[in-house]
Amino acid sequence: MDPDTDIGGPLHRFPVTNHSAIEGARSDDQIIRCRAFDTILTSYWKPAYKYIRLKWQADNEDAKDLTQAFFANAFEKNHFASYDAAKASFQTFLRTCLDGFVANERKAGRRLKRGGDMDHYQLDFATAETELAAHASTDLTPEDYFHREWVRWMFTLAVEELRRRCDESGRGVHFQLFERYDLRDDQNVSYASLASEFDLPPATVNNYLAAVRREFRRVVLEKLREITATDEEFRTEARSLLGVDVK
Amino acid sequence: MKWLSDDKLNYLRAVVANPDFSSTKYTFIKELGRGGMGTVYLTEDRELNRLVAIKVLNVPQVTEDLRNRMIREAQIIARLEHPGIVPVHDVGVLPDGRVFYAMKYVRGSRLDDYAAQNGSLGDRLRKFQAVCDAVAFAHAHGVIHRDLKPQNIMIGSFGEVLVLDWGVAKILATDNTDEDGFIRIHPSNPWPHDTSAGTVIGTRDYMSPEQARGETSQLDERADVYSLGAVLHFLLKDQSKVGKAAAAICSKAMAPAKESRYSTASELSAEIGRLLDAQPVSAYQESAIEKVSRWVSKNRFLVLLVLAYLLMRIILVFTSRP
Repeated sequence: MDPDTDIGGPLHRFPVTNHSAIEGARSDDQIIRCRAFDTILTSYWKPAYKYIRLKWQADNEDAKDLTQAFFANAFEKNHFASYDAAKASFQTFLRTCLDGFVANERKAGRRLKRGGDMDHYQLDFATAETELAAHASTDLTPEDYFHREWVRWMFTLAVEELRRRCDESGRGVHFQLFERYDLRDDQNVSYASLASEFDLPPATVNNYLAAVRREFRRVVLEKLREITATDEEFRTEARSLLGVDVK
Repeated sequence: MKWLSDDKLNYLRAVVANPDFSSTKYTFIKELGRGGMGTVYLTEDRELNRLVAIKVLNVPQVTEDLRNRMIREAQIIARLEHPGIVPVHDVGVLPDGRVFYAMKYVRGSRLDDYAAQNGSLGDRLRKFQAVCDAVAFAHAHGVIHRDLKPQNIMIGSFGEVLVLDWGVAKILATDNTDEDGFIRIHPSNPWPHDTSAGTVIGTRDYMSPEQARGETSQLDERADVYSLGAVLHFLLKDQSKVGKAAAAICSKAMAPAKESRYSTASELSAEIGRLLDAQPVSAYQESAIEKVSRWVSKNRFLVLLVLAYLLMRIILVFTSRP
């Protein structure tokens, strides 16, 4: 291993953090709880929005309000603190809560008032709506669709986090190589063509890509750890989602 | 943020899930199979320009001590040079700390797939005997496989039999070797056990009772004999004419108490050899009728010859009467 090409230091082991937002949601410390909630919101708002649109056939404005209200309500009443890892995965728990919330709203015949007294989070619903329109799937159950969108969103966030880390550590080239090779749509890109394009020796392209993929792996597992409550749930999710065994 | 298509998502999942071979001379090609102990990948050895199967063990966060021991075990297994044992070419550690073995990539069918296509009892028994011989060779050099099952046995393109997946093998021997380079067995001074007591290693349907109970320190060659018995059972179960002797061999090999089993794989192999040669087997006490029946079956040509001669004499006696 070439230390010069490593982003994450000499030890590349799974996992690198034990931080769990689900645990944080149970904290007595308001700051920790807010931070935890922010992580959960970031990780789940988009799948939740799309799920409401698909399963509950809500129009986009209604879905926006329901998404905002669901998370605001969950935060206000600290619903996520009641999660029991022994009963289901957190993802299943959140989806069940979401179903319950929307069902109650519908039953009560309420239409959430936009701009009312609920908290408003800065969420990019326009992009979510564009994605939904362009890639709506009908061959999955709403539950499977929620899971798939959650996985997609988690990887999207991981790519963004990787970009941020690379930029901050002055390894922008690493990310550019990753973007050109691993996120490419162009199938004709090769290590040799990247070496020529970036004016790097082919071995360096190989090393940089290996290093940035290791870091990506680390970021994904960190994200997963953040949104799982226990080590056991983390291991189970990592195995089912990624096929990797982690301690 | 860039939209990740389903294909791209699957690709990125593979980037995360697949081992990072960048620090090795191997290039990842695809996953071949996944088991409880690890995952096997098809890779290309860039230096020798050949395909190699690599098993990455599912032991994350290995300690330095455990890693060294696993590597040492791989080195010992690599010395098991036998036509029925898949050769280990290389051993190493991936950047994430996991240990891997590089093995010969065997083209052919797994024994379970092979058995589904080939029904002959004789052929199955001969293949099984070859498995016993390979395992007996390993036992003679102080190595217990611990995960024998049809899925870990390959039948090559030319009918050769190879026992795979020695990744969880237990080494009974110490570190010394003979002049021949073989390992000497010192049962009284076993190597520190690679798994703690209570740890269950193997595959439930093919695992000896003592192995299933996690009695790691109690395991010896007879644990493999039990698994071989289970493999034999698998090969016999869809056969219409198994015979009492074959069934008895199976039962003896799979006896719950290890003292009641064949004491070695060689013994089991010899027993299968006797069965194939229509000789009496130690596992089954024949009645007089069965002995005659077996003798007739074995000497069918001679019996037919004598019967034909007798028939001819009878015909001659009757036709020569005035």
